Amino acid sequence: MMALLLLYGEMFVRFFLVGLFAVGGGLATLPFLVDMGEATGWFTQLDISNMVAISESTPGPLGINMATYIGFQISSEFGTLPGILGAVIAPVGVVTPSVIIILIVSKILSRFKDSKYVQYAFYGLRAASFGLIASALLSVAKIAFLGSQEVISAESVNWLCLALSVVIFTVTVKFKKVHPILLIVFAAIMGIIFKM
Amino acid sequence: MKTLSALFLIFARIGGFTFGGGYAMLPMMQKELVEKKKWVSNDELLDYFAIGQCTPGVIAVNTATFVGYKTKGFPGAVSATLGVITPSIVIITCIAVFISNFQELEVVQHAFGGIRAAVVALILSAILKMRKKSLVDIFTVIVFIAVALLSLLTDLSPVIFVVSAAVCGIIIKIRKEKTSLKKKEDNR
Repeated sequence: MMALLLLYGEMFVRFFLVGLFAVGGGLATLPFLVDMGEATGWFTQLDISNMVAISESTPGPLGINMATYIGFQISSEFGTLPGILGAVIAPVGVVTPSVIIILIVSKILSRFKDSKYVQYAFYGLRAASFGLIASALLSVAKIAFLGSQEVISAESVNWLCLALSVVIFTVTVKFKKVHPILLIVFAAIMGIIFKM
Repeated sequence: MKTLSALFLIFARIGGFTFGGGYAMLPMMQKELVEKKKWVSNDELLDYFAIGQCTPGVIAVNTATFVGYKTKGFPGAVSATLGVITPSIVIITCIAVFISNFQELEVVQHAFGGIRAAVVALILSAILKMRKKSLVDIFTVIVFIAVALLSLLTDLSPVIFVVSAAVCGIIIKIRKEKTSLKKKEDNR
């Protein structure tokens, strides 16, 4: 019992630190997880690559998925129920620093939001944010349409996938009311039917 | 109380259908928060995404906390954050308990082939809606292209792009102010 509580405590602190220092999205947590595995012996490099594969094959933010999976794996040595509790503690550890930091940033921003310098900064920042989203779009598109191949040729293009993308894009333009969730479910079914 | 549970449910829905990282949330947040609930504007959503990338932690969670706080203060921030992580916890735990080698199942791989196609189309359509408001002049277009290319071709952290774009924004605007002041004086 004591050992389990100590494990939960250590897990929370270690995941809190990952959440505090990993800047720039889910994959940024990766180097920190490698360190954690080496420092504690909780999991190996191979476990990590499995976790990434599972996290990418399930919905939800990557960082949260990985924390949940690790939290379960580590504490399930004590049984399934303690494992489930561990699967809650690890992701809560990851998000706690985010919540604290964002609350502080929000407070500061709302105090200075009428300052012209803050508005000038946002004028540049918005364009950069937009650029980052566009580049993320291109990397998702590359994986979706070209797979993991490095050489680009007509045969390597996944035309079926490209066609599905065009159809869905057309739907979003023509029928503005259609909910994205509906389109994602539709795409998953198409993917299964046509073995994409 | 009603708003708090609405925040939790909306973000749980977003978390449960986000495939492939924080950016995939964008189309859904736009639909739910900007178009349906009108709690935030497209501009604010872009600001939160930018700040969410510069502050530590998971982008999706940072953005959820921001929107939650803006809508309903501290309790709102907690509801939105718990909402966005709940589906992950439930789904991943179920997989860990019941299914080994989930990621190798053929059905899962095919479904994801299709989902990726949808995510590309949805993000594209979301950013087209935002284009007019964030790309307002030549400077913003240059920043947009530069950041998109650099982040695609280099491994630089997004923090560098966001901070330098903010600094450039301040410098450019101050220079514009000065030149327009000068013009006024010259006219006199």
